[in-house]
Amino acid sequence: MEGCLQTIADYALRSVGIGERLLPRTDFTLCQQFTLIGSGLIWNVYFGVLALLSGFVLATVVALGKAATNPLLRKPAEWFIFVFRGSPLFIQFFFAYFLFLSLKQVVPWTEPLSTAALGALVVLFLNTAAYSGEIFYGALRSVPKGDTEAAAAYGIEGWTRFRRITWPTMLRLAWPAYTNEAIFLFHATTLVFFTGFPARQQQGDALYYAQYFADKTFNPFVPYPILAGYFILLTLVIIGIMGAVNRHLNRHLPQAAGKRPRLLPQIMR
Amino acid sequence: MFSFCTDPDTLDTGRWLACYLTTGRHLNFYAAFGTVLILLAITAPSALAFGFAGASAARSGFAPLRWLGKGYIAIVRGVPDIAFFLFFVIALDQGLEYLRHVTLCPNWEEPIRQGANFLVCPEAKLPLSSAPQWVHEGYGFALAVLTFAIVFGAFAANVLFGAMQAVPRAQIETAEAYGMTRRQTFRRIVVPQMWVYALPGLGNLWMVLIKATPLLFLLGVEDIVYWARELGAAKTPRFSDYPHPDWRMWYFLALLIFYLAFTRVSEVVIARLSDRLSHGQATAAGEALRKARA
Repeated sequence: MEGCLQTIADYALRSVGIGERLLPRTDFTLCQQFTLIGSGLIWNVYFGVLALLSGFVLATVVALGKAATNPLLRKPAEWFIFVFRGSPLFIQFFFAYFLFLSLKQVVPWTEPLSTAALGALVVLFLNTAAYSGEIFYGALRSVPKGDTEAAAAYGIEGWTRFRRITWPTMLRLAWPAYTNEAIFLFHATTLVFFTGFPARQQQGDALYYAQYFADKTFNPFVPYPILAGYFILLTLVIIGIMGAVNRHLNRHLPQAAGKRPRLLPQIMR
Repeated sequence: MFSFCTDPDTLDTGRWLACYLTTGRHLNFYAAFGTVLILLAITAPSALAFGFAGASAARSGFAPLRWLGKGYIAIVRGVPDIAFFLFFVIALDQGLEYLRHVTLCPNWEEPIRQGANFLVCPEAKLPLSSAPQWVHEGYGFALAVLTFAIVFGAFAANVLFGAMQAVPRAQIETAEAYGMTRRQTFRRIVVPQMWVYALPGLGNLWMVLIKATPLLFLLGVEDIVYWARELGAAKTPRFSDYPHPDWRMWYFLALLIFYLAFTRVSEVVIARLSDRLSHGQATAAGEALRKARA
């Protein structure tokens, strides 16, 4: 137990460069595996939370763009969604990494983009904006006509109508699918360190460390179940938070309490 | 490839490119696109088979089987698919070798796990160390296919389970009223009718499957991602007749366009298929088709 506390002190923040410099090399304990893989989860949460928050804003813009009648707005939004939803995230990461490398040669101040912390975040941000944009676009088209007509009858028009009527209803309708997208986004963050983006000084995410242990011990039956456990917990946390938001969005409806996002909805990435 | 390719240094740009793009290694790269298509052609039906088994288990009347089916669906969907890929490739390999070890070498005394090693007797190795190169590659590919089938089988099971539940209750009750057994009802009533309900989900799954094929690279197969990295890397005149700077960005751009075209074509085909299946059906989609024609 003493030893385990020491291990936690040494490795709990190893993934962000605080603590012991060298990773354990021999005599791997269960405690080390739990601590390091958990430490890597910091990166997954970092990528997931920041991409989700920034992507949310762009997704609203993209959804409005796709719903616009003006082709100058609609076409770029349609192409953006097509490019990011039609190609594998894995290839997007590779392409972006090599693009950023070339960019660095020409424009030196773009160098931070070739690190995982920023470059991969940009890719995830654009990717989730495209997927959520499509979800929001679908919801936008399902906003009941009566709602906007009632708003017009009350003299609520233009920007005010969008902010107070259309947008909240769109979010309410999109939320179950959006919860699903959030879960898949967190899963997708495990791809980052397998796609060229370097794990500087072995500072990687949860899957990076799980693979490290599997390679060193040649025993996949310990690190991967640990990783799976962490991710199931993370998924439950996401469902909890998104469920709370969903209750808030639906609070004016009669049977709001009963409708939670389902654990296994049909729609997927 | 071409006769004028003997001395690449003297060629103009167009001919240089023609020679460069037809080197032996580039032909391997093009063949790797075939590997992707073969993977899809084998994986799609086997994932469907796993999905069918999972979905049937999940609605079984026998509780442990039901838990197994539901657990299979829930766990694979709750954990990143890439973690499963990395896990199954080693786990399946070790599992197969262990089974062969137990059957082929019953007198083996030493423990199998020795520190960081997994040691089975030489006869149990898969593939045998004396096997030719293509057997090694084929074995790696087969493991990859099985891994894909297990992971995407869970997604398919989720879709098929939903489709089986969507078959109208009255249909099943009618079958029961005619005295059909549970098994007969399943085979004659539920299965033939579920496909219309399953098609949107399966179409979606096909797209997800296409977009998962680059993960073959992580399973150690020499696929398009492997070749794009190899061929695109900067080449010096010392080691290559066709020296060039780092072109990996362009190779991955080509892959990006390949996948965009592939998903676009699939989308169009699935839309056609869905129209054809909905034709004349008493569903909203069928009604919309009828109105569009009138």
